[in-house]
Amino acid sequence: MNLNELSILSLYSAMAVYALAFIAFSFDLAKRSAAVGSTAAADEAERQAETPRTDAAGASGGTTTLTRISARIKNDAATPYGRSPSLRVGVSLTVLAFLTHLMATVLRGVAAERVPWANMYEFAMTGTLLIVAVFLIVLTRADLRFLGTFVTGMVLVLLGIAALRFYVEVAPLPPALQSAWLVIHVFVASLGTGFFALGFALSTVHLLQFRRESLVASARSARLRFLATLPSAATLENLAYRVTIIGFILWTFTLMAGSIWAEQAWGRYWGWDTKEVWTFIIWTIYAGYIHARATRGWRGSRSAWLSIIGFAAVMFNFGIVNVFFKGLHAYSGL
Amino acid sequence: MSRPSDHYDAPASAGIVQPHLGFVGWLRWFWRQLTNMRTALFLLLLLAIAAVPGSLVPQRSSDPNGVTQYFTDNPDLAPLLDKVQAFDVYSSAWFSAIYLLLFVSLIGCVIPRTKHHYLALRAKPPRTPARLSRLAGFTTRTAPAGTDAQAAVESARRLLKTSGYRASVFKNRGETSVSAERGYLRETGNLVFHFALVGILITVGFGGGFGFSGQRVLVEGQTFVNTLLAYDSFNPGRFFNDASLTPYKLTLDDFDVTYEDKNLKAYGQPIDFTADVTITPRGEVAEASQVKVNGPARTGGTDVYLLGNGYAPTITVKDPNGVVVFTDSVPFLPQDANLTSLGVVKVPDGLAEQLGMIGFFYPTQATMESGAYFSSYPDLEYPLLTLNVYSGDLGLDAGVPTSVYSLDTDQMDQLTGGKTRVESIELKPGQSSELPNGLGTVTFDDAAPGAKTGDFSGSVLRFASFDIHHDPTQLWVLSFAVLALLGLLTSLFVPRRRVWVKAVPEADGSLRLEYAGLARGEDPALESAVGDIADRHTDLLLSSQSATPAFEQK
Repeated sequence: MNLNELSILSLYSAMAVYALAFIAFSFDLAKRSAAVGSTAAADEAERQAETPRTDAAGASGGTTTLTRISARIKNDAATPYGRSPSLRVGVSLTVLAFLTHLMATVLRGVAAERVPWANMYEFAMTGTLLIVAVFLIVLTRADLRFLGTFVTGMVLVLLGIAALRFYVEVAPLPPALQSAWLVIHVFVASLGTGFFALGFALSTVHLLQFRRESLVASARSARLRFLATLPSAATLENLAYRVTIIGFILWTFTLMAGSIWAEQAWGRYWGWDTKEVWTFIIWTIYAGYIHARATRGWRGSRSAWLSIIGFAAVMFNFGIVNVFFKGLHAYSGL
Repeated sequence: MSRPSDHYDAPASAGIVQPHLGFVGWLRWFWRQLTNMRTALFLLLLLAIAAVPGSLVPQRSSDPNGVTQYFTDNPDLAPLLDKVQAFDVYSSAWFSAIYLLLFVSLIGCVIPRTKHHYLALRAKPPRTPARLSRLAGFTTRTAPAGTDAQAAVESARRLLKTSGYRASVFKNRGETSVSAERGYLRETGNLVFHFALVGILITVGFGGGFGFSGQRVLVEGQTFVNTLLAYDSFNPGRFFNDASLTPYKLTLDDFDVTYEDKNLKAYGQPIDFTADVTITPRGEVAEASQVKVNGPARTGGTDVYLLGNGYAPTITVKDPNGVVVFTDSVPFLPQDANLTSLGVVKVPDGLAEQLGMIGFFYPTQATMESGAYFSSYPDLEYPLLTLNVYSGDLGLDAGVPTSVYSLDTDQMDQLTGGKTRVESIELKPGQSSELPNGLGTVTFDDAAPGAKTGDFSGSVLRFASFDIHHDPTQLWVLSFAVLALLGLLTSLFVPRRRVWVKAVPEADGSLRLEYAGLARGEDPALESAVGDIADRHTDLLLSSQSATPAFEQK
């Protein structure tokens, strides 16, 4: 068995463990729903409990207190939710899957004698690895374990597509990719994608939570009861913002590094190549997201939608533009 | 809500009843609308949407052949799309309108903010609010017994000052307090970021006009002199002056290609392209240099990039008397990864009729089951040249420019290949063949005639196509981009915050110290920062008290 075959074996093992982690996280969500209880009375109690809290927030003169991303987020969930064994199992399995995934990626790199991100299969492998890495690192700072289903589920789907549709044999680097910028530009872009993915997940949960909060405020019962155990919409929004701005800075750097590389390889730093166009579009959408948070009428749900559209564009840029669009970035290897 | 308190919204629309607006009034109204944050956001998102069509339809700037192909494939749709400038999206009127409006809006937004920031930089921190308990991170400490209110506030002021705050002391109704603010760099970074974007736009818009880009194909051994006429194609910027070309000489000595020949999964994939060149600036000594795919040669104010390569078979045509009427190394354009290449030979003079030949070159010729030839490997293992001969009018005499890479056969008769039932001419390096109708002979010259039998590695010359650019804006754009990135980093990560410390004498004679902060913009760490200052301040008071003997109780 050569190194590449070993890498494939590790990748499939990692996928199996991600699947188990996904199940554990889903189980946890189900248990959260059960913990919240089903009666409207509980909702009523929650509404009562919530009323003074919002008053206090209003009294503080428009500045809610935030904690640093490096500090644990305050558990401002409507229904605090204690420890859950399935949650811990989920995290442990994710760590295990991550290590196996890391091994698969490193082995692929060793087999190819270069960085493991030079074609679609390898982009997918490294990109998803970084998504999980960002998730696990952020977990040490803030309790975002409720995103486990999202992260493991998405990574599982992406790896499945990569293994089945994008797989190519180990091949040497074509001359166009023989540059130090391959290491920097592609890696930073993938890392940025990891942060955007987390921002996307948080914005999605924010929208759901926002809806639930407004339903509860008008004394109607909300579905997706597990949301009551998650942080409030305002906290989710702030977390999403903090994660996304890191992604935005990495993306800005990606754009600049790409321009410098393009100048060396193609003789111009910007030429509206299809991939450049989409990188620009993504940058603009996220710039819009950041501005939206400072614009009257755009905070909250509208800016959350921008974050979601932005991540959809990132996925489009990766999955569709790379494979189906004609352009200079024709390195999918397919 | 945690709205950043330094956000810059338009003031809330006050009056519903509008007074009559004159011309200036309307202008002012329009300006207000344009510099409104919501308009800026709208334009920004519109810009993102407007950029999309340019990725769906081929663009003249990046893919001119794709545009031609699009016109052929969609003869009805293409002219309509062309009317709305869909093939030139990024220089179109509508795309330009969006980004110009966006930048005007941006400038209109940033200039007042710069003024505002300049004043803020010189202003004292604002007066301490009456009730700190309503503010973020509010916490109280009891000062060590006997601490003087003035001294406590003064030590707080010094502590804040050394922590990077601008601090000043206020006295109000018997309460002494210090008001402090830090993080002005946040707004500075924000302004730098936006000004840098304007800088990029201006440099690209105007500076780009002074540059040029040109293309030149060189066969091994050929020399190029950097003058306007020497370019195969040349695209000058708007303000380009051809006197600004620095003459230098560039010779392609050798073009080296390495293909993968061990890994069967990637067999024939290129691993390296290297053009060995000699560059001679005017009046200076020649210098050997290299051009690689990711390694341009930079000389005479220009950058020379290696963009393509292929084979240039040397073809000689003689008339029936043996007089050479044509001999040249003709660049053949690669058609696939294994370098099946297509080229055209035009012989306008010297023969009984004008002669045109369409040639296919296979570096490693193989035969499909159908009998068609193809190339199975990009290097010279078993080279073969096939030629279809045409005679008649080449269309060169009318003075209309024609491409050297295509042959218009409308006015010509096909003599070999295709439907003529005459076999195409097939030549290996060094071989000759009779032309049909007794027109003469054609030879495929061997570039390395002395080689061993079966070794074709040097038998055909290669060509390299170079892009030669001059872009005076590059360094400026890079500098502005770096500034923008630095501005972005500080504007997103430096917290701007106000902190207050107040000393309130209590009824029982003790001194209560109040601490509170206010976030101006995103500031996740505000609460802990206020707590930290409170702790350090009390420590400071304690240590200064233990250093000096305690005051006697009155």
